[in-house]
Amino acid sequence: MTDPDDPDVTPREASDPSDAALQATAELDSLSLLAEDLLDPSGPLTPSGHLRRRQMVSRLAEAAQTTAAVLAVAVLGILVYSVASRGASVLSIGFLTKDPPVLSGVAGGGIAPAIVGTALIMAVATAIAMPMGILAALFLTEFAGRWTARAIRLALDLLNGLPTIVVGLFVFGLLVVGHHQSGFAGSVALAIIMLPLIARATQEVLTLVPAGLREAADALGVCHWRTVLGVVLPTARGGILTATVLAVARAAGETAPLIFVCSIFSNTTSLNLFGQALPNIPVYIFNASEAAERYGFARAWGAAFVLLAFILLASLGGRALGRRATLSR
Amino acid sequence: MNAPIGLTGTLPGDARSRVRSADRIGDGVLYGLCMLASLLAVVTLGAIAYKVIDGASASISQFGLGFLTHSAWRPNFGIFGAGTFLYGTAVTSFAALLLAVPLGISIGLYLSMMASRRVRGVIGPLVEMLAAIPSVILGFWGILVFGPFLQAHLEPFLHRTLGFLPIFGAPSSTGSGLFNASLILTIMVVPIIASLSRDLFLAVPQELQEGATALGATRWEVLRGVVLPSAASGVAAAAFLGLGRALGEAIAVTQVIGAGDFIHVSLFQTGDTLASRIADQYQGAATPQLVASLFYLGLILMVIGLIANIAAQWIARRFDVGRVAAR
Amino acid sequence: MRPPDPSEMPATGASNVRPRVRIQTPALAHEAAQAAANARPTDALRGSPRGEQDSALTVGREAIFDVQDLSVSYGSSQAISGVTLQIHRNLITAIIGPSGCGKTTFIRSLNRMNDSVPGFTIDGKILYHGHDIYDRGVDRVEVRRRIGMVFQRPNPFPKSIYDNVAWAPRNLKMKSGLDERVERALRGAALWDEVKDRLKDSALGLSGGQQQRLCIARAIAIQPDVLLLDEPASALDPIATAAIEELMQTLKNRYTIVIVTHNMQQAARVADRTAFFNLDASDGRRTGVLVEYGDTDVMFTRPADTRTSDYVTGRFG
Repeated sequence: MTDPDDPDVTPREASDPSDAALQATAELDSLSLLAEDLLDPSGPLTPSGHLRRRQMVSRLAEAAQTTAAVLAVAVLGILVYSVASRGASVLSIGFLTKDPPVLSGVAGGGIAPAIVGTALIMAVATAIAMPMGILAALFLTEFAGRWTARAIRLALDLLNGLPTIVVGLFVFGLLVVGHHQSGFAGSVALAIIMLPLIARATQEVLTLVPAGLREAADALGVCHWRTVLGVVLPTARGGILTATVLAVARAAGETAPLIFVCSIFSNTTSLNLFGQALPNIPVYIFNASEAAERYGFARAWGAAFVLLAFILLASLGGRALGRRATLSR
Repeated sequence: MNAPIGLTGTLPGDARSRVRSADRIGDGVLYGLCMLASLLAVVTLGAIAYKVIDGASASISQFGLGFLTHSAWRPNFGIFGAGTFLYGTAVTSFAALLLAVPLGISIGLYLSMMASRRVRGVIGPLVEMLAAIPSVILGFWGILVFGPFLQAHLEPFLHRTLGFLPIFGAPSSTGSGLFNASLILTIMVVPIIASLSRDLFLAVPQELQEGATALGATRWEVLRGVVLPSAASGVAAAAFLGLGRALGEAIAVTQVIGAGDFIHVSLFQTGDTLASRIADQYQGAATPQLVASLFYLGLILMVIGLIANIAAQWIARRFDVGRVAAR
Repeated sequence: MRPPDPSEMPATGASNVRPRVRIQTPALAHEAAQAAANARPTDALRGSPRGEQDSALTVGREAIFDVQDLSVSYGSSQAISGVTLQIHRNLITAIIGPSGCGKTTFIRSLNRMNDSVPGFTIDGKILYHGHDIYDRGVDRVEVRRRIGMVFQRPNPFPKSIYDNVAWAPRNLKMKSGLDERVERALRGAALWDEVKDRLKDSALGLSGGQQQRLCIARAIAIQPDVLLLDEPASALDPIATAAIEELMQTLKNRYTIVIVTHNMQQAARVADRTAFFNLDASDGRRTGVLVEYGDTDVMFTRPADTRTSDYVTGRFG
């Protein structure tokens, strides 16, 4: 019973649960009989051939991960550089303020009608999608029961995952068939794409509004709608703005929903939202890329530069805004 | 909407009840508006499904399910079939996922496990910015910059080294084709999978990783043995979201795939996907039969897109993928 | 938890665990008196560790760890400084002290688990069988393979019980007789009888105490040399704690065990030697220092330093 390794060990009492302990010790001893375990604990701590191989695999895997990240950033860099270097050559004040030439195969001109059209279409789309999205998010966080909320969230997620060209087909069937293309139809199509983005992101911010604020308002006997308008929405203001800016950045570049509903346009500046298709930057680039004509390409690079600059700045700005909103909480 | 608080001075009891009724109306109005907006989302989804089926009905009744397997598309002769486009969709989406899943997971691992907090704060947003690039610009770049590069360098190289595989046939003449489309889709899908999987990996408990490290595991063994399995279902969901995106992308694919009418085994040949064929024919959609057939393509696209998204939701039912996907 | 009076210590050991406090010998009494006479016991321990030489426990025993003037910082804040001590083969060495005194930092430095903590820097030496484990050319994976660790909260992998134990041997390519190895490790951790019929079940279905024993089984499945236990029972109920303590008495026959605990009775029950760490704020900066290190019975009955006696009698901390 006395451990030979331990000269100072106290003799165990008879009541000790030593049988099990002894058996466990025997198990531990027999475990070391496995040949591969002949580990010399006092050997040097440098990797053996075996471990060196495992470490090499590990380092290879890490190198692959780093390479993948570098590749992604490189692709972004190449893309932005391609657009910027080609777009910069046509960019000028005139490019932003002039109409495109009437005839194709001519250099010069600008994309003013497309810029105005995109701005108008986006403004109307945002005016539709933002209130709807916020209200839907409020319903999810303030009113809906668990199952209703789940169903609506699923609907929003499916709407978000729907191929955007299908949204284009839908609006084509709804507003264009039997009528004609219009800027408004384009706004509706883009609003459908923005709605789930704004609703889901706003819902996220609303759930972050501290319950204490709400309870404080409730405890004062303030009715629900006052709490929502006076406490919940103002607290979530920054987050809602971020969500909207990011949704705008996403929708501003969407082309697929527009090609059926707002693509056959003349190249003159127009503010007529309902009467005709409004020129817009994404479809302008798309048409130019299909037309395969040198000067058209040049103008399309310029248009791509304008669009990309707007989208990247908006998405950077939206993120910075979001970070500040989170920090201030 | 403001309650008439100013009246409380004159007739307390009456005014209080009036305030209360105004509040009740306010609550009701707010509830009604919120419910209407939510309902609108659901109704829109239903209306999209209805309109697309409705628009396709003429084509459905004429061609039936044979439309799915018939591979000829000749609008001038009234012959329509989705076979070629189903094939193109399957090939490009599969190829894109084949590349994007390992790349996206690798980037996710790099950002969550290797990069310092500061590096993560720079590279993470850059990767997400890649997702923000409009598809029409990506496609335009794909035709004019990427395509010529593929045609001059990558395609001949793959044909020389792996030419025994029929998918790497003779290089294309323009750089447009299934191969270019697959790579463009990869660029679009990688950031989705990367940022989702980064968030999933960051959520793997530190204690598990320490437990594995303390057992004498190398960093890669910790990742493979503990981190990846813990996040596996979420990564699978991310892959399905990426698949949904790849299936449904119309514009960029239209620009670079070459609008081919035939099924080719070689990736360097032209083809078309469901989405790209719809986008392709928007201006020539003159005959009702063609429009109905385009809607039929849209219907197929909608169904498989919904399946991919529902699969993602279902796999990831323990957490909320939509939250991240909507970013 | 009120710390017991030192004179009662032998009696306070849990009845199902062998009391660890030994009958005092003249030699120990002499040593205690000597140490008490010393103004700064840490100085006495540094360099020539006199406390260890005279202890009957450490005579003729190999020192597995020889820690020399160890200081650890995270960024600009110093966690421990000037720690010198030796840890001997097949003994249970307990690290006790108030929270924030660097106990966990110390034990995690012994198998380089702190390496991944941002800003971690180390000064001094940790010799393990004579090798500096922070030397260039030392592979920390190899260090951890020999020096296993069990953490405060049970952290079984979300895998089956079997796969939890088999995971590390598979990594190490110890693939022959894997079933047998798993069984022996589970028996060694006194868990086999409870889980032998459900090896394929998820380890997350086990109770907290079982999970912690599974973590011990997982650690001994690759036959390490040392087991580091970082407050292994702090998240467990008394019965599970007793099981772990009993298990440690078995394990020490094969392994050298270092245990961090904030529970002084636990140290008194299980440890052969005890090191008391404290927060030292004398020079304006709060940092962990080793106050006193010696045989457990001496530490609890006749500590040389007043800070130790204050701590073990509950007058402080």
